[in-house]
This record gives sequence, C-alpha cells and structure tokens, in this order.
Amino acid sequence: MAVVDVELKIKRYNPEQDEKPHWETYEVRVEDTDRVVDALHEVKWHHDGTFSFRRSCVHGVCGSDAMVINGSNALACVLLIKDVGTKISVEPIRGLPVIKDLVVDMEPFFDQYKSVLPYLINSKDPGYEERKQSPEDRARFDDTTKCILCAACTTSCPVYWGNESYVGPAAIVNAHRFIFDSRDEAGADRLDILNQRSGVWRCRTAFSCTEACPRDIKITQAIQEVKRAILYNRI
Amino acid sequence: MKVHRHSYDAVVVGAGGAGLRAAIETAGKCRVAVLTKLYPTRSHTGAAQGGMCAALANVEEDSWEWHAFDTVKGGDYLVDQPAAEIMCREAIDAVIELEHFGMPFNRTPEGRIDQRRFGGHTRNHGEGPVRRACYAADRTGHMILQTLYQQCLARDVNFFNEFQVLDIAFSEGRVSGLVAYELATGDLHVFHTKAALFATGGYGRMFKVSSNAVTLTGDGPGVLYRRGIPMQDMEFFQFHPTGIYKLGILLSEAARGEGGILRNADNERFMERYAPTVKDLAPRDMVSRAILTEVREGRGIGENKDYVHLDLTHLPPEQIDEKLPDITDFVRTYMGLEPKTQMIPIQPTAHYAMGGIPTNISAEVVVDGDNTVLPGLYAAGECACVSVHGANRLGTNSLLDIVVFGRRGGAAMAQYVNSVSHADLPAHVEDETRGLVERLRSSTGGENVADIRARLQEEMMDKASVFRTDESLRSVLDTVRSLRDRYQRAGIQDKGEVFNYDLTEAIELGFLIDLAESLVVSALARTESRGAHFRDDHPTRDDANWMRHSLAFRNDDGSVRLDYKAVVGGKYEPMERKY
Ligand SMILES: Cc1cc2nc3c(=O)[nH]c(=O)nc-3n(C[C@H](O)[C@H](O)[C@H](O)COP(=O)(O)OP(=O)(O)OC[C@H]3O[C@@H](n4cnc5c(N)ncnc54)[C@H](O)[C@@H]3O)c2cc1C
Ligand code: SF4
Ligand code: FES
Repeated sequence: MAVVDVELKIKRYNPEQDEKPHWETYEVRVEDTDRVVDALHEVKWHHDGTFSFRRSCVHGVCGSDAMVINGSNALACVLLIKDVGTKISVEPIRGLPVIKDLVVDMEPFFDQYKSVLPYLINSKDPGYEERKQSPEDRARFDDTTKCILCAACTTSCPVYWGNESYVGPAAIVNAHRFIFDSRDEAGADRLDILNQRSGVWRCRTAFSCTEACPRDIKITQAIQEVKRAILYNRI
Repeated sequence: MKVHRHSYDAVVVGAGGAGLRAAIETAGKCRVAVLTKLYPTRSHTGAAQGGMCAALANVEEDSWEWHAFDTVKGGDYLVDQPAAEIMCREAIDAVIELEHFGMPFNRTPEGRIDQRRFGGHTRNHGEGPVRRACYAADRTGHMILQTLYQQCLARDVNFFNEFQVLDIAFSEGRVSGLVAYELATGDLHVFHTKAALFATGGYGRMFKVSSNAVTLTGDGPGVLYRRGIPMQDMEFFQFHPTGIYKLGILLSEAARGEGGILRNADNERFMERYAPTVKDLAPRDMVSRAILTEVREGRGIGENKDYVHLDLTHLPPEQIDEKLPDITDFVRTYMGLEPKTQMIPIQPTAHYAMGGIPTNISAEVVVDGDNTVLPGLYAAGECACVSVHGANRLGTNSLLDIVVFGRRGGAAMAQYVNSVSHADLPAHVEDETRGLVERLRSSTGGENVADIRARLQEEMMDKASVFRTDESLRSVLDTVRSLRDRYQRAGIQDKGEVFNYDLTEAIELGFLIDLAESLVVSALARTESRGAHFRDDHPTRDDANWMRHSLAFRNDDGSVRLDYKAVVGGKYEPMERKY
C-alpha cells in the first residue's frame, strides 16, 4: 500500500450550462490499493461537488457504475488504482444518451431487456412443492444468472453503437437465462423475438461484450447457444 | 421548483427484496406506484450472499419450531415470539414460492432445493448445526432480487425509478401523501395516496467500516422519525465478524458454513474457547466480540495487530469454486490474495440494523408503547422492526424477513386501501421539502458534507460499535451534537437541478445524524449487555429491568425522548445464551 498522486481526466457535461462535453483534469491523492470509484469520490467530495456519477454497492455487485476507464468499459468499483496506473481517463459508456457527466439514460437499455420476456413462464400448477431440477439442468444456465444489468457489454458493442434497435448482448444473456432453464415454457417465444431483425443475427462475434463483462459471463458463447437453438430449433 | 401531482391507492417506497415482494402482492388488487431512489436491481438485497433459511428438511431432519427457537435465542430473547413463529413457519412457503417465481436455487442430486449450515441455526434446540439455509451459490440475494424484479415486470408494476422520498403527510390521523424528489430533473412530486409501505433498507453507512452500500442512509426511518414516529431498538446494530480488513466488504458466513476457520496471531482456532459446541458458527455478536477480544489481548495480526485471519486453505479447491465463487473473487480483487492458499485478513464490519420502524405482524406501523396502529402506514424489511431479530439477527433471517413481511405488508395494504377513501392532503404539503432543498442549495456556510460524514462514521465506529461504555457513548453523543451544528452550516457546490447528488448526499447525511443520535441515546440508557449491544461497564444481561423494547422519539431540536414497550413472550423462557 502506498500513497500516490493520480491525474484523473474526466469527460464532463452539464446540460444546464454546456453545449457539449469537455474534459477536465483533477489531481487527487489516494492509496494505490484504492478503487477507481474512491478516486472519483475524492474528486466529488473535495474538488468539485458538481461532478455526478451513479454508484451504490462499491464492490461490483449492483451494476451502477459502468463507465469507460482508459478506453475500456469497466465498473469503477472493481478496478484498483494500482492496476490502472496514475493517469486515468474516465468517460460515460457509449451508445446511451448522456444526461450529466457520467450519468446516462438507462431507459433504452432496460426496454431492450424487457423485450425478451425476462421472467419465468410456466403455466402448470406446481402444487405445494418445489419444481424439481437436476444439478445438471441447473448448470446449463448458471453463467447467465450472474448478470447485474450494468450495460458494460451492450455499450461496448460496435454493432450497438451503430444500430440502437439491436437488442444487445445483455438482453440476449437474460433471454438465455430463461431459454435454457428446464422449468420454463416460453423458450420458443423468446427465440422468435431474437430471430427478428433486431435480434441475435446482428451480432458479429466481436467479443467486445465478453471482454467488458465484470461478472465474467461467457456472453459470446451464450449468444452462440441462442443462435444454434434458433437454427436447429432445439433447446 | 416544479411540482407534479399524482394519485394512487398505495405507494411502496423502496424496491429491494421487501418493496418488490410487497409490490407483487398488491399488483392487480389496487393502483400502486413503487418509488425507488435506485434502479430496483441496484438495491442492496442484491449484495446478500449466503442464504435464506427455511426448515424444508430437504437434506436432514428439521422443523420450523427449531428454527423459531434458534431465532429467539439468537436474538437474546428480545424477539417477539409470535412474530418469529410466523416468520419461521411461513419460511417454508416463502422459499417454495420463490422457486415457483423462477429462483435458481442450488439443487440436491435428487433435484430438490439444497441446504447448508449457517451460524446459530441448530438441530433440536441447540444440539448441533443443521443444514437449513437455501442458497444460490454465494449470490442468493442477487438471485432473489432479480427474481422478484422479473415477477414485477411480468405483472406490469409501475416503477418511478430514481425518485427519492423525502417527506410524508398525514391527515385525519392517517396517511395522505408522500413527497418525492426526482433525481433526473430536480422536480418535486406529490403522491396523494391512501397508504404507504416503507422498504428503504438499512443505515449501515453510519459506521466507517461497513458492508452496506453507500446509499444505505436510513432515509425511510429518517423521514418517519422527523414526523413523530418512534424508532425501536436502535441500540442493536449488528457487526458481522468477517468483513475484508479496512474495506468492510462482506465475506459471508457461508465461508464458515462450508468449513472456514478463524485464526489469531498464534494460528489458534480461537472460537473453540468461546463457543465449544458450534465454534466458528456461533452467532455474529459473539464472534465479533471474540475477534475484538483477541485483538485487545494482543493476539491480533498485522502491523497494528488489529485483525485476524479467515482460513479457507484446507477446503477442497472445487468446493471453493462451486460454493464460494464471488466472495473469493472479492478477496482476489481487493486484497490481491489467493484464498485457496493464503489466509484472509478480516475484521468486524457494520452490517445490519435490527432496530427501525416499529411494526406488528401485518407490517402495520405502530407508534407507541401500546402498539397503536397508524392507519395506512406500513414498513417491511431492514428498515422495519417487527421484531423478529431482537437484539441480534441470525444469518439468513433477513432475506427471509423481507419476503415474509414484504408479502404480509403488501396483502394488508391492498386490503386496507380497498376499504377507505383518500384523506385530503394538507395544504402546502411540499413546502417542508422545498425548504430543505432550497436551504441546502443557497447555504453559504462553509462546512463540507463529506467531512462531517467521515467524522460521524469514525466516531460511531470507535465508540458505539461492538464494545460500548457509558464514557464512550457520552463522548460520541457530544460529537454527534456538534456535528448536527456543523451540518446546519453545510453548503453544497452543485446548485443545478439535474442529477444533483451533491444535494441528495447532504440530505442523506441529515437522516444519518438523526438516527445516530437515537442509536446512541438508546444505547446509553440500556445499562445491560444483550445481543449486539455490549456494555463493558454492564457486561451481563439484566432481564429484570431490560426485557423490553426501546422506543426513541425525536424532539424538535433532534434530541431524543425514550419510552419502552414490553417484549411479547411465548413458549421459550429466557436462558443463558451458550453455544
Ligand atoms: C453484503 C451483505 C450480505 C448479506 N447477506 C445476507 C444473507 O446471506 N442472508 C440474509 O438473510 N441477509 C443477508 N444480508 C442482509 C439482507 O441482504 C438485507 O437486510 C436485506 O436485503 C434488506 O432488504 P430491503 O428490501 O429491506 O432493503 P434494500 O434491498 O437495501 O433496498 C432498499 C430500497 O430502498 C430504496 N430507497 C432507499 N431510500 C429511499 C428513498 N428515500 N426514496 C425512495 N427509495 C429509497 C432503494 O432504492 C432500494 O430499492 C446481507 C447484507 C449485506 C450488506
Ligand atoms: S452480461 Fe455482464 S456486462 Fe452485460 S449487463 Fe450483464 S453483467 Fe453487465
Ligand atoms: S457501485 Fe455497485 S457495481 Fe460498482
């Protein structure tokens, strides 16, 4: 642990004052084992209170603070200063409208998520007991249950930047979570939705999403599994 | 400031597990709005790791009565026993219902919901640990939060995301409205409503080292406390034994449930001395005190000898990967250590508020020592005090509490709003909130919000946490009062309307200061040790004088008036708490 001086370059935008975004640089003193979010807090609390960003859990489980750090999407509460260096640039995630500073409009992202029917659909009365599911069946969709809807994947996707009607990797991940759940009955409906123009076929397998995911979800693989299920009509 | 007006039958404040479960219960029965300062999936329920207990008996013999006994004993007999019985009995249905909602629990080889051990949960009234915690790896809370949110989407629940409730209105002796601040615009919204259910979570950010989200600032209790509702049992705040050193990030009890061991500087498994039967799986208050006793007696580790080790190195690596993947990742990310081969520095971390808004078993808020109901007002989850956790909550009982009492509150509220009409809103209902916002925005005082907050957190950690004395509590009370003065002179830099977190952080600090004072005054008065409240100067439990709940009322200047009410007993007579 050592005290270090960090130069933080932050892309700022205040809709009440600015015509367009601009960069501001701040010098802050932190410990090298601190998180990037701690440095951002230091800016906000002791340099410039007008700087806005979302955060809550500060340990990588709530999905509030996805941003572009030194060029790549990440959660500010998961990256440590010693791992990113003392010159850090921070800007909002791309592809969603910027509202203020690092705060973007998440509504389009959540609308895409909602479009894939992200809830268990099963019309049979299960009675008073749990539905049975073997550990193997449970394992089929384990990876995609980890998603915290941070949008790091979707907003790192070049296809998404160019075409906002594409549902994006996060929505596909959440569709996968139900399509491959042995208890669910609506897999075919979700495959229909993802077979449309805005669906999985937009994916060019660029792997940006998988690299961006802070939960290490194998997103590209999940998308491939969905594509295969559509092609071979098999879940 | 622009003001918008809405009318609903009922409003749920908060979209963590408790708020979402309540919303599901009201859906289709009345017109409901859910107001939440965070996107629902950002709520701290998602951080819960270890599990949710229910006596399903899927892997070994168990009964809900044993669960209720453990809950009462774990709470050091300050638990209201009828409430604990309801919770433990309904736990079974609650888990099954979550499974039907789609919750991806871990499974047994037969395909049933798997269960594991957790601190304080025992077979047949304390004979030995029992496998009672249902879980989904070490992200049980994440899965519950996602599942409940998904079910709300399926039911088309009406969310107002990033709306922060700052005031409540009563007329004709019942709830008539709420005032909320919209983060995206800085506008005020008045909700004319027959009923409100508060589910705003905890206030662990009162302390320096904490497992809680930075947004857990006690807004719900804070709003009600200012409007005359008492706060119950505030002196009982749980410190979880295993927070990552300095950061406070939680390493679930599941780590010890899976076989992890605590060790001091001599590499000794010291819990054998404090709790010979259940050892490392003793309840949290006891383990936290044991750790700090080791530290006080010089057997702590590190440069300042101020932490101990959590040892997982003897566990099979596959078991770690399969059962504890997230928390071992936290250790790698934040400590740079490999838990399969290296021991983990840990210290107690502020974790859970047993105290809060007093309610009965229907989640109706009760406002005095006679349990008088305030019509239309409900509370559930961590912000509420039923009381099922008494002086010390058992692990896994909060996820249970939020779904059981979230459901009960939602059901009671839906029924109530269908039997009454709206009460008229008081005139100028938003004036108080407008005044608060404008005062902070225009303040020229030079006090910095972050500095006041940091001082509050340090003092509360040093003097009002695991060990307390009359002297330490008087000292912290003085500090809280002087911080209240400084807070009056706090100014903010951001004068804008859009996403002004400078403003909302300042408002949140006001709630923390109020609640800190109620906590300290309640703790000062309680001259005994019980559960999480431990007084060095009164180290034993005193049932003759203190078998009662504290009620703290706020005076206009922020000072506190105390009252008390009886604990509701049941079949379990108080006995010494040994494990
Ligand atoms: C790290 C960690 C691990 C845990 N592990 C376990 C476990 O394994 N088992 C267990 O039983 N318990 C566990 N707990 C405890 C348990 O998770 C919490 O007590 C519980 O989830 C609280 O749920 P809640 O619904 O009451 O509040 P939260 O989930 O905290 O939700 C609060 C909600 O209120 C909203 N809100 C707050 N203020 C306002 C306002 N002014 N206006 C509008 N909305 C507002 C927020 O937006 C949020 O939606 C753990 C806790 C932590 C911190
Ligand atoms: S898949 Fe990963 S990157 Fe995408 S939203 Fe979910 S957690 Fe975030
Ligand atoms: S603040 Fe929750 S993920 Fe970073």
